[in-house]
Amino acid sequence: MALESAVIQDKLTGAFGDNVTGFVQIKDILSFEVAADVANDAIRFLKEDALLRFNFLTDVCGVHYPDNDKERQFAVVYHMHNWMDNVRVRIKCFLDGDNPEIDTVTNLFLGANWQERETYDFYGIIFKGHPQLKRILNMDEMESFPMRKEFPLEDGGRTDKDDRFFGRSTDNALNF
Amino acid sequence: MSNSSDIKIVETPQGVEGTGFFATKLDSVVGLARANSLWPLPFATSCCGIEFMATMASTYDLARFGSERMSFSPRQADMLLVMGTIAKKMAPILRQVYEQMSEPRWVIAVGACASSGGVFDTYSVLQGIDKVIPVDVYVPGCPPRPEQILDGILRLQDIVKSESVRRRSSPEYQELMASYNIT
Repeated sequence: MALESAVIQDKLTGAFGDNVTGFVQIKDILSFEVAADVANDAIRFLKEDALLRFNFLTDVCGVHYPDNDKERQFAVVYHMHNWMDNVRVRIKCFLDGDNPEIDTVTNLFLGANWQERETYDFYGIIFKGHPQLKRILNMDEMESFPMRKEFPLEDGGRTDKDDRFFGRSTDNALNF
Repeated sequence: MSNSSDIKIVETPQGVEGTGFFATKLDSVVGLARANSLWPLPFATSCCGIEFMATMASTYDLARFGSERMSFSPRQADMLLVMGTIAKKMAPILRQVYEQMSEPRWVIAVGACASSGGVFDTYSVLQGIDKVIPVDVYVPGCPPRPEQILDGILRLQDIVKSESVRRRSSPEYQELMASYNIT
């Protein structure tokens, strides 16, 4: 028997109450918000509960919402997959714009190690308790977190393009 | 068997010729020897590298121009061919490869990405390899056809033929190296 979304919602609400909100079914994936300080417990519950059995962490990534309220400017999105029932869930945790911090889930899934490093690399989100939180894809000397919207996408060192025709405005601080 | 009239031999440099002797400048002889035996070091990171593979292979046959042997050791290469997008994280590695080459050394930037960053005007990509190492010849194209790469190598041969044997110890050259912080 397939694992129903309503069952997942009831179990989570029963265990975490108001810390789990905003349940919405988008296509075949149940999505919801979890308060950042219980995220680790909620993911552990989803993984270890005998009925839920979300045994696989598909992805960890970040989102920047610069227009949101201060305490909801960053989001960390977790995708989990139950291989036995072939059911997926999407978990969003909103974080503070000035101080984006959340507990690591590397204690539950070792595979989260590089995914959290990548999220740190591009968004500057701090994963507390991560064993090696440093840049993974960008060069170590980079000063910005390039996926944050305040940093320009283009490189400031470009010399063969006329800015008037390409709409470049500000300079990236990291001329190479 | 090839017809002996098909065999091309490089032109004799300017000089004085008489019975049993030929006199010319040392520069010309050294240039001739260097230009027709440029050992390439391919530094291929993307699609321009695929075009270079065609350039090396039988149809286009880079070996016709004296570049028979790919040197995958920078210490025994004369000509560094940088082909493809160079990410900023790759830049120190490219620079180290260049520093390991012994003088005289020449660099060809093959394709738009190596020459200027190409379409990748973005925070992670080096906007042209001339930001980190000096370049002698730029080959345009995205990617360039093998004929264009061959043309780039022939243009480099022109540079090599006319280069003074003293250029590498000249103050101008020292200044160029210093501007890239290469000693």
